[in-house]
Amino acid sequence: MPNLNSAFAALADPTRRAILARLASGEASVMELAKPFEMTQPAISQHLKVLEEAGLIVRRVDGTKRPRRLAKAGIDAMDQWLAMLRKALEKNYDRLDEVLTTMQSDSERKKR
Amino acid sequence: MTMTMNRLSLKTEGDTHIVVTRRFAAPPEAVYRAHTDPKLVQKWLLGPEGWSMPVCICEARPGGRIRYEWAHEKKGSFHVTGEFLELEPYSRIVHVERMHLPDPTPDNHVETRFDADGTGTLMTMRMTLPDAKTRAAMLATGMERGMEASYVRLDSML
Repeated sequence: MPNLNSAFAALADPTRRAILARLASGEASVMELAKPFEMTQPAISQHLKVLEEAGLIVRRVDGTKRPRRLAKAGIDAMDQWLAMLRKALEKNYDRLDEVLTTMQSDSERKKR
Repeated sequence: MTMTMNRLSLKTEGDTHIVVTRRFAAPPEAVYRAHTDPKLVQKWLLGPEGWSMPVCICEARPGGRIRYEWAHEKKGSFHVTGEFLELEPYSRIVHVERMHLPDPTPDNHVETRFDADGTGTLMTMRMTLPDAKTRAAMLATGMERGMEASYVRLDSML
């Protein structure tokens, strides 16, 4: 189970979001991932490490290469968590709509 | 249907803000009261299905305490504490809050505005987190349309 806190912290960085977007189109080597950024390979590796520890990506051993890909479980868990939060807010305000309707009919009753 | 009109909007602003807007069919006075009267707050601030709020302390005056305790039959309980900073009936509330899980999360500074909108109210809740990382940890960026993770997932399905 990925750690959601570290997953969101990992996503706070634009470079890491770009890396995830790149990996969304398929597996890539560290070199391929470093190419679009003006960054050294160690700097990219550091970002990959953060993403890996957050459970968002995984690595595979291919000879001397360590290609990375998205970890579906991590992405899905985060997605569900966010949908849940949004749903919780929506639920709150739907209930508030009902409370407001009750308040209105109560005050109308008092006026009569 | 009022579904579209009442739709919740949730977006980020700058590095540390989250802004939630929602329309209500009642006037600002009623919406403000529903946010400041503990007996009313207890009825709607419950989150997902299955949770109740056995303790609701909501002292709506500057310096007044906030304590909301939620309980779930299977999932246990947790609570939020906070303080009211400013109150302008019936248009504006400023408070701070933190969640205890059980360690306290960094303070979330919240300004809630209630503006008359026709016969109803436009509520704007602006949260300010201490830094970008905290906000990211709390909600993550770009949530309005389901945020990056959803985009990433969508991309990977295309």
